Amino acid sequence: MTLSYETHTHDVIVIGAGGAGLRAAIEVSAQGLSVALICKSLLGKAHTVMAEGGAAAALGNVDPQDGWQTHFKDTIKGGKFLNNWRMAELHAKQAPERIRELELWGAVFDRTKDGKISQRAFGGHTYKRLAHVGDRTGLELIRTLQDKGIHSGIDIFMECTISKLLQDGDGRVNGAFGYWRESGRFVTFNAKAVILATGGTGKAWKVTSNSWEYTGDGQALAYNAGAELLDMEFIQFHPTGMVWPPGVRGILVTEGVRGEGGILRNKNGERFMFKYLPESTRKSFADTEEEAKQWVEDTVANRPTTARRPPELSTRDNVALAIYTEVKEGRGTPHGGAFLDISYQDADRVKRKLPSMYHQFKELADVDITKAPMEVGPTMHYTMGGIRVNPESQMTKVPGLFAAGEVAAGLHGANRLGGNSLSDLLVFGRLAGLGAVEYAKQYDGSPKADVDQIKQAAEDLMAPFERDGEGPYEIHRDLQEIMQHKVGIVRNEEDLKAAVAALDDIQKRVDKVSVDGSIQFNPGWHLAQDLKNMILVSKAVAKCALERRESRGGHTRLDYPNYDTQLSQVNSIVTKGADGQLQYNTAPLPEMPAELKKLFEEDKK
Amino acid sequence: MAQTATSHASTATGEQKVATFQVYRGEGEKGELKEYKVPVASGMVVLDAMHYIQGFQSPDLAVRWNCKAAKCGSCSAEVNGKPSLMCKTRLDHLDISQPIVVNPIKTFPHIRDLVADVSWNYEMNKTIRPFTPPDNKPEDWRYYQNDVDRVQEFRKCIECFLCQDVCHVLRNHDRKDAFYGPRFMIRLASLEMHPMDRADRIPFIKEKAGVGLCNITKCCTEVCPEEIRITDNGIIPLKERVVDRYYDPVLWMLRKLGFIR
Repeated sequence: MTLSYETHTHDVIVIGAGGAGLRAAIEVSAQGLSVALICKSLLGKAHTVMAEGGAAAALGNVDPQDGWQTHFKDTIKGGKFLNNWRMAELHAKQAPERIRELELWGAVFDRTKDGKISQRAFGGHTYKRLAHVGDRTGLELIRTLQDKGIHSGIDIFMECTISKLLQDGDGRVNGAFGYWRESGRFVTFNAKAVILATGGTGKAWKVTSNSWEYTGDGQALAYNAGAELLDMEFIQFHPTGMVWPPGVRGILVTEGVRGEGGILRNKNGERFMFKYLPESTRKSFADTEEEAKQWVEDTVANRPTTARRPPELSTRDNVALAIYTEVKEGRGTPHGGAFLDISYQDADRVKRKLPSMYHQFKELADVDITKAPMEVGPTMHYTMGGIRVNPESQMTKVPGLFAAGEVAAGLHGANRLGGNSLSDLLVFGRLAGLGAVEYAKQYDGSPKADVDQIKQAAEDLMAPFERDGEGPYEIHRDLQEIMQHKVGIVRNEEDLKAAVAALDDIQKRVDKVSVDGSIQFNPGWHLAQDLKNMILVSKAVAKCALERRESRGGHTRLDYPNYDTQLSQVNSIVTKGADGQLQYNTAPLPEMPAELKKLFEEDKK
Repeated sequence: MAQTATSHASTATGEQKVATFQVYRGEGEKGELKEYKVPVASGMVVLDAMHYIQGFQSPDLAVRWNCKAAKCGSCSAEVNGKPSLMCKTRLDHLDISQPIVVNPIKTFPHIRDLVADVSWNYEMNKTIRPFTPPDNKPEDWRYYQNDVDRVQEFRKCIECFLCQDVCHVLRNHDRKDAFYGPRFMIRLASLEMHPMDRADRIPFIKEKAGVGLCNITKCCTEVCPEEIRITDNGIIPLKERVVDRYYDPVLWMLRKLGFIR
């Protein structure tokens, strides 16, 4: 075939235009290098827009006792001590400045009575820490960065999918290749450094809060270029997704509902979270409904409280497992979930603090949340695992390849705290930008793409049109069934072995996928491409889940319900072997320095 | 979201309910409505039906969508002639005894099937002077909730561009050369009303953005999925600011005499 494609050249390209990608591109441009920002969708539609509850930062505006040390400890405890300590430290220290900077760029957060940025309570956070705008914080964040970005000299390329990273003879990344979704035509980007900020991979599961874009693109691009994937078994099932009607199953119900006092009950009216609190954290939660009620009343009235938090504010892994267990043991709601009730509060306040939840339930489920409880259940929400990066520079094992945000791993360990994702995007988006700038400034020569790699990538993209066979949608549905039922919220050896085998069969079908029609805005063709990434990431998740024979955070094994002392010392690593097959290994957890360890000892006194 | 291939609603007799969709297919002007039958599930929305068509009948049906939760503003279309988000338009609010007609939004150039080229909006946004804070921001900015309630209302905008689609200045008179449309009136209003913003955009709002061309039919407000009161709370106050600046006789005199800017 005759190969034609357009070419663009920049110092740095950023793939993915959610919070992390936008923040990275803004930083690169601020440092004086040329930068391209490539989005799979239209600008401002990336998954960040769906974040609801808030961004965690120890500003101390509501609870003045808060500080980076407590945020650091909460993040590590929430991650069950599997986090990269340095990333958790950088995150806790830098998040407040990143939030204040957003204000300077036009963000309008909800205010406290004395006019500061207001902060709300969230699961696993000791203090009220989440800067927020009602329940649409992600929209505020992405729109602020978008409006900053378009005035920052960034070249923005919308509706463009990258299918391959290009590398020189030394293995350094020197560009990327892909296609315009609208026209189907090919495009090559030359660059000294590439930042991946493509987010997660929820579309491999059937019930998910994630949008269509979340197909593991960055993880797969990096893996194929020689990078390591870290801790892929840790998947966050958000405890509260909608469960009814079927078309909306999985849509997120913000943790902000519980942060504002929402109560979880089973069909018998029992407030079950009291009995699911782990011993290690029980003392920081209310003992009785009265104490929890006092906390909510004080919080609503914006006054200091001596009451401890309601049990609903336990970490997400714990609440999700509790709801799952209640349903499994026959105490679920009519549509297989739990009741989440905020209707006991003043209706106007609920509408003001949770406006999109109010509309979402009213319009999609015919439920008025100011009058009746919601029905909620776990939904695949977030990948704690992802590309392994250097905690200072955010560079992967591949020279010139950087990653930030959900696509990268390390900050969240085995379980992410709510609110730590939006602050992750800001802190590490900026650091990846700085890391890429430093690298690009030292880059010797000018990057030039290898035509043979481009030809191969173009042939790979066009191959589904040449074949006659099964279409992508059917394969996608089968993949989702496997991940939902065998690599879901609760796992065991038998299911995981079956999943690994079944995914090998799906891989064969993906290798032969066929599409019809033209190359112009053809969703079937786009899905055929996305499937290659989803199957790869799914295999990595299943393999790591099989090998981690313990339960920890977002990885629950019925057959190994406890922590394993050996496994608590290692991270899981997946790489592409010399034979092209997926290789599993472990790496020792980086050891926390003594002065940070001391912070945890102070707790025990 | 999950495909709605399962859990279909049934009638009392156990028969599967089916809805007929007429969906615009084709490129540019060379398109036509094509008919599809889709099984109906409880609580189903129009976007579910489009996904069903992609998944089981026509994998190349071009639809723009992202979140399927009314938060991203991607899946704008005209359902039975009404500009709507497909993810929010429920079948049980439509008369499914008749075919449901789904067209792309009409005010912007057509690309393929249900996808339109909305890039004009992104170009307009670039010309708006961004938020301009005072030179010395203290570490903790203090301003009060009352002062920003209105600004936050405008910042709810998800850029679905349904207001642009329905605005007759853009849609019927094609005055994209002279009027920025309701979306950007709201953006301008959110900047002008921000208590910490120091820029003056009133001349721009009058001359470039063309606020005078809006004749307050409020069609934009009616279609806004975020229920922003675009006309009453955004456009009319901007018109008033323009009038105060340019047409108030006392101010006009003071300006003429050089007492004010």
